[in-house]
Amino acid sequence: MSGTFNILGVGILTWITFLPILGMIAILAIPSGKDEISRARSLNYFRYITLGITFIQLILTLVVYSGFNFSMPGINDASSMQFIERVTWISVTGLPMLGDLKIEYFLGIDGISMPMLLLTAIVSTLAVFASWGIKKAAKGYFAMYLLLVTGMMGVFVALDFFLFYVFWELMLLPMYFLIGIWGGPRKEYAAIKFFLYTLFGSVFMLLVMIALYFAVGSFNMFDMMDPSKFDQNSILAGFGTSWRYIAFAALFVGFAIKVPIVPFHTWLPDAHVEAPTAISVILAGVLLKMGTYGMIRIAWPMFPDAVQYFNWWIGLIGMVSIVYGALCALAQFSVGKRDLKKMIAYSSVSHMGYVMLGLAALNTEGVIGAIFQMFNHGTITAMLFMIVGVIYDRAHTRSLDDFGGMANKMPVYTAIMTIAFFAAIGLPGLSGFVSEALVFLGAFKTYPVLTVISGLGIILGAGYMLWALQKVFFGKLPERWSGPWDPTGKIYKNDDINYIELGGLVPLAIVVIYLGINPNPVIGMMTSSVNHFVELIRIGGNFAGM
Amino acid sequence: MTNELTLYLIIGAILFSLGVFGIITRKNAIMVLMSMELILNSANINFIAFAKYGGMNLEGHIAAMFVIILAAAEVAVALAIVLNIYHNFRHVNIDEISKMKE
Amino acid sequence: MSHDLLLKISVVILFLPLLSFLIIVFNQKRLGKAAGIIGTSILGIDLVLAAIVAFNKFVVYPNEAIIQWKFHWFSLGNRTIDLGLGVDNLAAMMLIVVTLISFLVHLFSTEYMSEDKRFPRFFSYLGIFTFSMLGIVLANNLLNMYIFWELVGLSSYLLIGFWYEKDSASNASKKAFITNRVGDLGFFAGIMIAFFTFNTFMFDEIFSQIRSGVLPFESGTILTAMGILLFAGAIGKSAQFPLHVWLPDAMEGPTPVSALIHAATMVAAGVYLTAKIFPVFTADALTFVAYTGAFTAFMAATIGITQNDFKRVLAYSTVSQLGFMVMSLGVGAYTYGFFHLVTHAWFKACLFLASGSVIHAMHHAMHKLHDHHSDPQDIRNMGGLRKTMPKTYLTFLFATIAISGVPLTSGFLSKDGILAGTLAFGNLSGHWLIPAMAFISAGMTAFYMFRLTIVSFFGDFKTEIASKTHENNTQIVLPLVVLAILSLWVFYSFNPIDASSGWFAKAFKPVETVVPAEYQFDFMMPYHDAHATESTEVSHGSHSYLNKFEEELHHQHYTAMFLSLAIAGFGILLSFIFYYYKKVDPDKVANSIKPLYLLSYNKWYIDEIYQKTFIGGTILLTKLMFWIDTYIIDGAVNGVAFIWRIFGTFVGKFDNGVVDGLVNLSGGVVGFSGSIVRKLQTGRVQTYLLLSIIGVILLLWWLF
Repeated sequence: MSGTFNILGVGILTWITFLPILGMIAILAIPSGKDEISRARSLNYFRYITLGITFIQLILTLVVYSGFNFSMPGINDASSMQFIERVTWISVTGLPMLGDLKIEYFLGIDGISMPMLLLTAIVSTLAVFASWGIKKAAKGYFAMYLLLVTGMMGVFVALDFFLFYVFWELMLLPMYFLIGIWGGPRKEYAAIKFFLYTLFGSVFMLLVMIALYFAVGSFNMFDMMDPSKFDQNSILAGFGTSWRYIAFAALFVGFAIKVPIVPFHTWLPDAHVEAPTAISVILAGVLLKMGTYGMIRIAWPMFPDAVQYFNWWIGLIGMVSIVYGALCALAQFSVGKRDLKKMIAYSSVSHMGYVMLGLAALNTEGVIGAIFQMFNHGTITAMLFMIVGVIYDRAHTRSLDDFGGMANKMPVYTAIMTIAFFAAIGLPGLSGFVSEALVFLGAFKTYPVLTVISGLGIILGAGYMLWALQKVFFGKLPERWSGPWDPTGKIYKNDDINYIELGGLVPLAIVVIYLGINPNPVIGMMTSSVNHFVELIRIGGNFAGM
Repeated sequence: MTNELTLYLIIGAILFSLGVFGIITRKNAIMVLMSMELILNSANINFIAFAKYGGMNLEGHIAAMFVIILAAAEVAVALAIVLNIYHNFRHVNIDEISKMKE
Repeated sequence: MSHDLLLKISVVILFLPLLSFLIIVFNQKRLGKAAGIIGTSILGIDLVLAAIVAFNKFVVYPNEAIIQWKFHWFSLGNRTIDLGLGVDNLAAMMLIVVTLISFLVHLFSTEYMSEDKRFPRFFSYLGIFTFSMLGIVLANNLLNMYIFWELVGLSSYLLIGFWYEKDSASNASKKAFITNRVGDLGFFAGIMIAFFTFNTFMFDEIFSQIRSGVLPFESGTILTAMGILLFAGAIGKSAQFPLHVWLPDAMEGPTPVSALIHAATMVAAGVYLTAKIFPVFTADALTFVAYTGAFTAFMAATIGITQNDFKRVLAYSTVSQLGFMVMSLGVGAYTYGFFHLVTHAWFKACLFLASGSVIHAMHHAMHKLHDHHSDPQDIRNMGGLRKTMPKTYLTFLFATIAISGVPLTSGFLSKDGILAGTLAFGNLSGHWLIPAMAFISAGMTAFYMFRLTIVSFFGDFKTEIASKTHENNTQIVLPLVVLAILSLWVFYSFNPIDASSGWFAKAFKPVETVVPAEYQFDFMMPYHDAHATESTEVSHGSHSYLNKFEEELHHQHYTAMFLSLAIAGFGILLSFIFYYYKKVDPDKVANSIKPLYLLSYNKWYIDEIYQKTFIGGTILLTKLMFWIDTYIIDGAVNGVAFIWRIFGTFVGKFDNGVVDGLVNLSGGVVGFSGSIVRKLQTGRVQTYLLLSIIGVILLLWWLF
């Protein structure tokens, strides 16, 4: 069932991508309300519309998943992509210099986009629960939120480079406002830093995209992956030329900023610390994956020769990110404001390093591990940020010094947090273990030394996670929290986590536990794609190091 | 013959000059209006003079009649305006009436 | 019983404790005290099933190496990741050990923990711990082993930190987990080498590949490294030097937990792993293992002599005994290493539960006296408990006799075999330091164990608290009695001085090494391989030996026995002289060798050294990294931003001054002329008229 799958004559991927835009229009059409009662009513409309839209999107994604053919590889083969939708979008002929400009509206998925699609649908649905407490300018918030979801979905389904770029940039705008308006004390700084940093990265991507366009004559990704389609006079033609290396490096930096990998990561802690909970969840859960997704979808298949050339360095960067991120996370206990959220932000840097290490392995175990790690990091870190949000909403502080002894006050919350933290540590039986183990097993085959050093990340990871767990939950409850969180009982009826928050966390916990025991549902859909991918890069790059 | 025409024209010119002088120098709106009447009447004198000596014949008379009628109408409107202005400002000094400008 | 049924029952055994965990953890409030009954009865069923499986393995399939089952966990397209479980003789025995001790600990805890406000949760944790431990036992491959290995780490984290309100408890649990993680990193590195080389995790497949000559990186050195790295997991879990530091701290957990995980099961997992992978150890790896064990045994014994906390003495004794087991495997005395694991499990669990009984009684007495400051675990507060708690005293005494290696106990049989093994090893390889350390440690063990017994149970009551103690009820005493009885010799061999003729030694025959001859001790090579041409030498007298080492071990048996008897007797005698007859004042002796005493009392300063070096170093490193992050990397980013801002300001100035200046200049000129011209624009008709008249006049003048 790889053909088209239409609803009302429109392809299902288009529905998934643009449904949030419909929701956004609906939200914008509803007045915010003037008095308190009507404002509260509108707020509820906004929430439920957003939740409904994202939920329908999740259902549609599951429909796609149920019709997804696990054995079709995709990657550089347009004929084995699935759920293809292809129409000409912009077509101008006879331009001076450019010749014929043709940009297609070209959507489709393979085993690498499918997990990301699922992840995006799951995380964006559940993050709505974390947005429940948004009161300030709720209309704008939920409208922006839905626009953001469209941008993210679009990135994962676009097969035309130009279209990809459009979605990539589209997502920046709402993100900027979501951090800049609904963020914490230094929100403007964080928002601008995020925006400029990512924009800086996209400039590189844009340059390479244009260079590739001149070499190939279209924005079609598959043409760009096919060496025979290159104009022989173009600077990017051939193999192993320095121009190709430069182009790859530029593209790599463009994506690396998004991942983010050391040393392009400093926007991340600021953005996370300042962003509202739901946006941190989206940021860590989905946005970071776009960087590595871009590498797998675009940079790697287009420049396999350059991958070969730079591979050791990519592995090294992965290792540095793992260890460095973990050390910086651990540093949150001894320096600065001891911000729990900042610690988790740095742990993200560390965990995304595993993805890079797995990619550098360039074998089946490593790459499957890397993509699975992307998925798992998405779910686990989403949990972590929601968890921080829960305590921050109540205590209005995130400093580890202010906590202790919460285990008796909030037992259910403690249980959920323990699951999430141990998943982040990579405890077997939870999904993080499978992906980390695969990454290590794969990477060890290619770079044993880098892998063993990266293993330090496991110990350091256990260090900061358990430390945080201890600081928040164990020991004695500070005097200031001995009473109920909310003496009026209006917002929080009891001290433990409430049902809305559980609504966001429990499904994620179930996913994390289930995939830890049976990873087949996610690993199964990527195997044929990844094997094809590995073969493509190794043959295309004439990978001698294996 | 020509002398008589010249005489009429001179009288008209004097009358016109007096009217212009009055318009330029007077501040009182009514005086300005009266000066305008002088100018119009100087024109009338010229028309009649040309009708008699210059071969304009009836056309000159008709033109003069037009001017008289227009002048009457103009005075009627203008006086109404002046009266209104007087009601509003309690004076008719045109230099100080600058509300429209602002 | 068919293979299939046996495996199915094993699966049931594995998952029953998990079921117990799930039932209890989701119904904590509803169950209350019933949680204890549920947990205990589920474990009771588990014990019965384990006995059935073990009986079948030992009686019906005694000669089958392993009955196992493998399945695909998930597929990577061109290869699969497999899991599985298997029952060999080791596993069958361990099933009994784990389920029985877990059952007794459950029973014990129903009384011991009855006043705890998180009573149900304790039983749920016990359930998940037993599940994880059984997973290790039933693993037939490295991946399974690692998975449950980590789960054991998690459950011990939860159990040690059970009283998390105490900072010391939560610190200890964290320390245990992280220290274990260090070992696990080595373990996992070993697994990576194995998977890289053999593309499988299965023990039997790895062994057969090595036997057929497949070596990692085609190098014996890497094979050694693989062995040592896998053993690193055991160093962590079995609390071997240098990763032993977590175990004494872990005594912060409730005492039943100490009995369950820190005496009998979890710490035994490392030894069990070492036994499982025993065939892959090369000569160098074996030597490494032997020295690690010997040094651990020696060091822990020296520390145990001076500790005053009841449980801490037992903890160091555990570390020391674990060292014995590891050393035993290292020298190649495979049978006796595992034998000691089993015997130690019984008597050490007995000791810990008895200590729990004492602490429970002390606690109650303190409660009665409204004393909240004394330490119920300090042996200096006890004394004379023999009179108030006779049953506990008797079981404790018997376990002490067993651990000291006095004949007619199980401990004598196993320890004797180990010491013979070390002597044989020393004789054959020339590493005489190992038997030396082993014998000294054995003597010290006898000494400090009797010191503990005498100080706490004999003599007069040292405090009022001790006099107010009384014997606990059946739930606490019954497990003690069962475990003490199991420490008798008859269960393992009818000959009280030689285990080699008993069923145990027959069931756990030494295993053959699979390592190629060039990387292995000659004396470890099986006769049928190494001396294939001289097949006549296979049989020596009435015994048939696997290899030269076994033969030598047999020859050293009596030497070892007499030596160990003498040295243990000396230790016990010394203990009585010091503490019972008080002929010599121990404080004076301590003062005369002050530096040695302090070294022992302060646990060789190892915690302090780690605190200063590793932990301090890491913290320093994190600070440095964060400084780099904040000031160099982010500083660079902000610096770039700053430079652009300066540039922007400059451009702005240029824009304002020059570009805009020109625009403003033209505007200014126009404005200026306009300001002149506008003077004419008075807004007065009269002025305009005048001007136009002047204009007309000028025009006329110009025209004519």
